[in-house]
Amino acid sequence: MATTSTTVPSAGPFLGSRSFLARLREGDEIARLVTLLFAASVVLITLLIVYELWQGSVLPRHKFGFAFLRTSVWDPNFDNFGALPFIFGTVVTSAVALFIAVPLGIGAAIFLAELAPARLSDALEFFIDLLAAVPSVIYGLLGIFIVVPVMRDVIQPALKNTLGFIPLFKGPAFGIGFLTAGIVLAIMVIPYIISVSREILLSVPRDQREAALALGSTRWESTWKVVVPFARTGIMGSIFLALARALGETMAVTMVIGNTPAIAASLFSPGDSIASVIANQFTEATGELYTQSLIELGLVLFLLTFILNGLARVLILVTSQRGSAHA
Amino acid sequence: MKRIAAIFLMTFGLADFFLARAALSINGAGASFPEPIYSKWFDEYHKKDPNIQINYQAIGSGGGIKQITEGTVDFGASDGPMNDDQLKSFQDKHGFPVLHFPTVLGAAVPTYNIPGVNAELNFTPEALAGIFLGKITKWNDPALTGPNSGVNLPGNDIVVVHRSDGSGTTYIWTDYLSKVSDEWKSKVNKNTSVNWPTGLGGNKNEGVAGLVKQTPNAIGYVELIFAIQNKMPYGKVKNSSGQFIKADLASVTAAAAGAAKDMPADFRVSITNAPGKMAYPISSFTWLLIPSKFSDASKRDAIKGFVKWMLADGQNDTEALAYSKLPKEVVSMELKALDKVQ
Amino acid sequence: MNARLRWRKFVSNFMLTMTGVCALVSVAVLFFILGYLVYHGGASINWDFFTKLPAPVGESGGGMANAILGSAKLLLLATLFGVPIGFFGAIYLAEFSGSKVAFVVRYAADLLNGVPSIVIGIFAYGVAVQPFKHFSTFAGGFALGVMMIPITLRSTEQFLLGVPRTLREGAMALGASKWKTIATVVVPAAYRGILTAVLLAFARVAGETAPLLFTALGNRFWSNGWNEPTASLPVMIYNYALSPFEDWHRQAWAAGLVLLGLILVINIVARAILARGISVPRA
Repeated sequence: MATTSTTVPSAGPFLGSRSFLARLREGDEIARLVTLLFAASVVLITLLIVYELWQGSVLPRHKFGFAFLRTSVWDPNFDNFGALPFIFGTVVTSAVALFIAVPLGIGAAIFLAELAPARLSDALEFFIDLLAAVPSVIYGLLGIFIVVPVMRDVIQPALKNTLGFIPLFKGPAFGIGFLTAGIVLAIMVIPYIISVSREILLSVPRDQREAALALGSTRWESTWKVVVPFARTGIMGSIFLALARALGETMAVTMVIGNTPAIAASLFSPGDSIASVIANQFTEATGELYTQSLIELGLVLFLLTFILNGLARVLILVTSQRGSAHA
Repeated sequence: MKRIAAIFLMTFGLADFFLARAALSINGAGASFPEPIYSKWFDEYHKKDPNIQINYQAIGSGGGIKQITEGTVDFGASDGPMNDDQLKSFQDKHGFPVLHFPTVLGAAVPTYNIPGVNAELNFTPEALAGIFLGKITKWNDPALTGPNSGVNLPGNDIVVVHRSDGSGTTYIWTDYLSKVSDEWKSKVNKNTSVNWPTGLGGNKNEGVAGLVKQTPNAIGYVELIFAIQNKMPYGKVKNSSGQFIKADLASVTAAAAGAAKDMPADFRVSITNAPGKMAYPISSFTWLLIPSKFSDASKRDAIKGFVKWMLADGQNDTEALAYSKLPKEVVSMELKALDKVQ
Repeated sequence: MNARLRWRKFVSNFMLTMTGVCALVSVAVLFFILGYLVYHGGASINWDFFTKLPAPVGESGGGMANAILGSAKLLLLATLFGVPIGFFGAIYLAEFSGSKVAFVVRYAADLLNGVPSIVIGIFAYGVAVQPFKHFSTFAGGFALGVMMIPITLRSTEQFLLGVPRTLREGAMALGASKWKTIATVVVPAAYRGILTAVLLAFARVAGETAPLLFTALGNRFWSNGWNEPTASLPVMIYNYALSPFEDWHRQAWAAGLVLLGLILVINIVARAILARGISVPRA
């Protein structure tokens, strides 16, 4: 019965030695079966989702095969569907988001875990948890009315003037596009990075820090060279978690990305992501192949997040176990 | 906590009971091009007959066709008639056909936002096709400055805005471009959504109008009423007789005049680039898609009742919202066709 | 003090200050969002917003009364569907299961938790809209309910496992059967934690938009019963924000303020419940 995979001290099922009949009479067996039913339905629903996605995308899987992932045409008029522009958009916006969110998030987590007095740290953590609860449509609302105009009139022209020689920052400034979507995503995932990284950093054993300080390190050196490396895998986990969230994010991205399937070198270019093309076209795709291609996009998205979430969990688990093994 | 939850549930159940008992509700979805007039009509009709509420969701013409075929809504709406394949797939799925009923006439207009330019621009078919193919990229391209001699067009990049969702406005627009440009026809063709050679996508008429308004140097296409209501400038378009015509009630009606005389029995007709000196070339009927059989008689009667009202009194609301009335011939044909709905 | 040490001290102070700046920036975003919503939404909120139906397209005035009720109905359904599965599933995991089954269930729940909301939308359209030939409040509630399951399940399980073993053994020693022990000792002991978990799951789905686009659709009137499409606040915000009408933008801000206010209040209440009486050590 001993579970080795969880970090929680397991109370464990305490099956006694009483007979099956006795347990049935006391209601235990019934309770077990009833709760089992509910637990099984969780598994069932998950399997059903996978089944729906798989079954719903038979046509394009047969017609296009893996070429679906490599082609960049999305043409409902001539029944040609390729996912590349959407995969590109999803990956680019998420990359931009992480580029901004990781340094900020980890910096903030270090402050909360290492520097701030416990009281302040908890108070700030409270606000950060609230931030994580803000629904994405609200980020989209603020994105449209605040971020987009600021990007168009201030940030993009400034980037163009200073870094315009890099292809990333070329082209007309529309305000909407990959960069804007990435920034909005960054704002959305920062709380996740902070929250998880802070927990991880707090779980690093005291003696590690104290040893480093005793050896004459400055406070920053003990943090950066001892504590952070110790927590490295866990922090990576938090980043993967944020990435998984960014990849699947729909509303906020749809509202600011431009909704144009494009593969472009410039971050100013409008684009489209997997989630937003589904949101835009799913209810109105006429023709089986068109609808099913959108469902296959859903399948691709599902697999991407599935892999990332798995990696994230393994990494977080590894670190926290190392931490508790030490303590 | 429990008590709060109970009180909450009670109020809520009561509210739901009193508010929602009233009516027979009918659900429709589709084109956003006629949404202003439809929402007005359904509002009026609900006031006239409080027992019937018709909920219309503007999810786009492609959506109207798809959802009526799936059978998830009671009626659909589209600005592009369903093609033969789509009609066949409806027939195969349900065992009876779906019927088209024209409701009003509308126009798609090129709307733009060029800082410093308030004039009404003239567009030739070649210029529109060039811009939307991505071949004309600057506002001071000769194709644009030629017909707009008095206007000082800037050398800025043109930002093309199109619909990102399946849309009848797109159908009308691309139907028109296919008729006037062979290159467009072979590369892009007409449909409710197409593979755009260039530009940004906006969701629905609202999204395109919003993007054009928010983006300097943008050009997009929207249903006439959206341009008027948002006080956005929109241009004249050169018609098949060589005249630059502004979209308005008269010019759209003129475009329908020819079609009204020999309307096919199923009402599926395109009036883009129509002949006639005063005809606005990017005009179209818009249709309700109504199944020819209903399993629920009360819904059937309600929908037929609405269509009758719409063809009579309802037509009087159209002009205030910049839609043109249906020609008389079409109205009487539709009243006859309504008998096919059972 | 030599130059090198001074330099190291400087780097240390500088970097530590920077981390503080990072934290400040991150938290400032929340206050910025709140401030902006209160500023814009507050100016637009009025009595009509809560009591009137939406006006026809392009006409100003009207409100979102039907969307408010619609959201409440959707959330009620979601809770009725998602919470029991999560709650009883968690009891199974914490009290009855062997490690193999538990692993599978936990894995499935984590997987479900990671499924992007738009994919849940496709799923719900496939199982709750298409077969019934109806966009409906039920379908929307189902989609949101599916999203509530993993959140409720995993956190409830944590709180149940946190109940000390001695409590259970005490009850069993007094002759209580196992399910009686669970019902009268374990669950009450973890009550606050579970309530928090449910509230947080509730708040999480309250703002979900993507799964509703293909399920609850929308409605310009009061939704006529549970089997009809319904308006909801998040979808209204989405549609109104993308519209070109000033008056609809105004209402989108108002709706945003109401929605965010609701979610933040639930979050704060949930955390307060947990903090006020931690009867259970946190895992």
